[in-house]
Amino acid sequence: MTEETLKKLKILTESAKYDVSCSSSGTVRSNTQSGLGNTVGGIGICHSFADDGRCISLLKTMLTNSCMYDCAYCINRRSNDIPRATFSVRELVELTIEFYRRNYIEGLFLSSGVVRNPDYTMERLVRVVKDLRTIHRFNGYIHLKSIPGASRELVNEAGKYADRMSVNIEIPNESSLKLLAPEKDFKSVYQPMSYIQQQTLAAKEERKHFKHAPRFVPAGQSTQMIIGATPDHDRDILRLSSTLYARPTMRRVYYSGYIHVNTYDTRLPMLKQPPLVRENRLYQADWLLRFYQFKVDEIVNDAYPDLDLEIDPKLSWALRHPEVFPVDINKAPYELILRVPGIGVKSATLIVNSRRFARVTSYHLKKMGVVMKKAKFFITCGELSSPTVNELRPENVRRLLTPSSSRKKDDRQMQLPFSNE
Amino acid sequence: MSSIIFQYDRTFDGMLTAVFDAYARRSFPQMIQGLDEPLPLFYDEVHTVITDEEKSGRVWKALEKKLSKEALSCLTVSYLSELPELDLHLFKYICKNIDSPVSLERNFSDDDILFVTNTFRKVLYERLRMMQFIRFQKAADGTYFGIMEPQYNVLPLAIAHFKDRFADQPFVIYDKKRHYGYYYNQSEVTQVTFDESLPHFVTGKLDESLMADDEKLFQELWRTYFKAVCIQGRINPRKQRKDMPVRYWKYLTEKNK
Ligand code: SF4
Repeated sequence: MTEETLKKLKILTESAKYDVSCSSSGTVRSNTQSGLGNTVGGIGICHSFADDGRCISLLKTMLTNSCMYDCAYCINRRSNDIPRATFSVRELVELTIEFYRRNYIEGLFLSSGVVRNPDYTMERLVRVVKDLRTIHRFNGYIHLKSIPGASRELVNEAGKYADRMSVNIEIPNESSLKLLAPEKDFKSVYQPMSYIQQQTLAAKEERKHFKHAPRFVPAGQSTQMIIGATPDHDRDILRLSSTLYARPTMRRVYYSGYIHVNTYDTRLPMLKQPPLVRENRLYQADWLLRFYQFKVDEIVNDAYPDLDLEIDPKLSWALRHPEVFPVDINKAPYELILRVPGIGVKSATLIVNSRRFARVTSYHLKKMGVVMKKAKFFITCGELSSPTVNELRPENVRRLLTPSSSRKKDDRQMQLPFSNE
Repeated sequence: MSSIIFQYDRTFDGMLTAVFDAYARRSFPQMIQGLDEPLPLFYDEVHTVITDEEKSGRVWKALEKKLSKEALSCLTVSYLSELPELDLHLFKYICKNIDSPVSLERNFSDDDILFVTNTFRKVLYERLRMMQFIRFQKAADGTYFGIMEPQYNVLPLAIAHFKDRFADQPFVIYDKKRHYGYYYNQSEVTQVTFDESLPHFVTGKLDESLMADDEKLFQELWRTYFKAVCIQGRINPRKQRKDMPVRYWKYLTEKNK
């Protein structure tokens, strides 16, 4: 560890930071007697928040940012003239351990550019995670980004030590992918994905018979799509997400608003700013798929191929389906209450629990954290006298709930969708 | 209407004893406060609760019979908020459940149940924040030193997490607001207090002369990382402050030079 490491860390972090996924959730591993680290039941801890407001949970960096490929959207493509650096296995291991001991991080998120060939690179990545786990008895979180085109043997070896692995799709349809990343195709993405899936399922089966059989990527896999680099519709993106979520080991799909890093490349659109509002709406829609029991075609379809940027997708759905409302808070099933704009998972649970004891009124709803400003158009709860979406008509409700232009700026925030509804 | 005030020592056992007393005397307070707090201008009666473990134990047993484990920890955890306005809500939460044939812990349309439950959540959230934001500095003798000023008294709830995670390293975690902390010696945890006039208790930063050899470099590496990972095109200080409130910054390595 020297001043030299400092320089490398700066270069390699700046090269790694455009990968959005950072979550450290999904594994429970307690520490061993004299080992270091654990992962906490299901929740990943954010240890800091960078000036861009993004959570810092893992040491997100690269083994090297040299790359023999030339993907148009990537800062590290070989035709870019940027400073290059390579960490040694020892440096990476020591950085991870020392950061972890100071409670800076939950663990390591490691990726790499491709040098020499995919297996050569993958093998060195595997050495880092193997050393951490076996020599240093490190029990913190490890997310390893698999190298496209790496062999099954190496993917299987990596998965013994990593909590999560990811292979990024980046571009939601194959012809655009081939145009922008000539060295890649869907096979180079989907093949490692299915290696991971097969091995995970095999390990699960094994553990049914042998309690101490090793686990394989216990936190499953994730992937990422870049938003706004190609003309794909939200419908195409979300349909792909929904297909991916149907796979047994896919835990998260991340959306990354395209940042125009390679301004000279004319295959890419000129974006002054990353499409952050759209990105946020996609996360909200993704949330609806995973926690609100929505089907993808309810959110986007051929009639509505793109998400509404002005209002959130749940409100947008509700305004297209006024016939479902108003929902009676004291009688409707949980699934229907969950569909009311302004009511989140937490308040929906509070409502169905409380109404067994007494009538739930609008006073209670407010106290339970329901956003009445939105919800009032879509519910009845006895005494509430405000007109419903059907009396006012959807287009008027929409106008009432669309943020005025002075507040537009707020929409840039990437908020956890619905968290405080 | 008569107004009755209970005064107690603001311990959890004291609170349970107050409940016992109320049933024994068949009179329930409209106000509950600490022993040394000034009384209001008008009142009819003051009852001073004398904490008694036998009495508090009996109340707790009665609650154990009625409430779920989760609701029981809701009581003890919300209590760590040390919020004065919690006292009466907590008292009524307990009485209502004692009076009711079934547990009311999930009746969130009741003001007292909701207040105590929300306070419980806030305290757990503060515990999470300690797990997020406590930073260790490695001292020359190998001990890792962490100091914080939590909003609520949450170190007792967080210590098990740190002990498990850092099982092989000696550390100190100190609550400067409440003047106590924990020391872990690689096998067990003990409660400690220190002379807070020492410079690192004042500033939160270990002096270089007290640091382990590579401590300064790792702090520098972490600050470098923190800067490098930020995407300039997405600068968003509002979100940063919302998720990492400024009140913790004093003790964050990445926010201090
Ligand atoms: S292979 Fe990965 S690192 Fe290399 S140019 Fe493509 S996206 Fe960038």
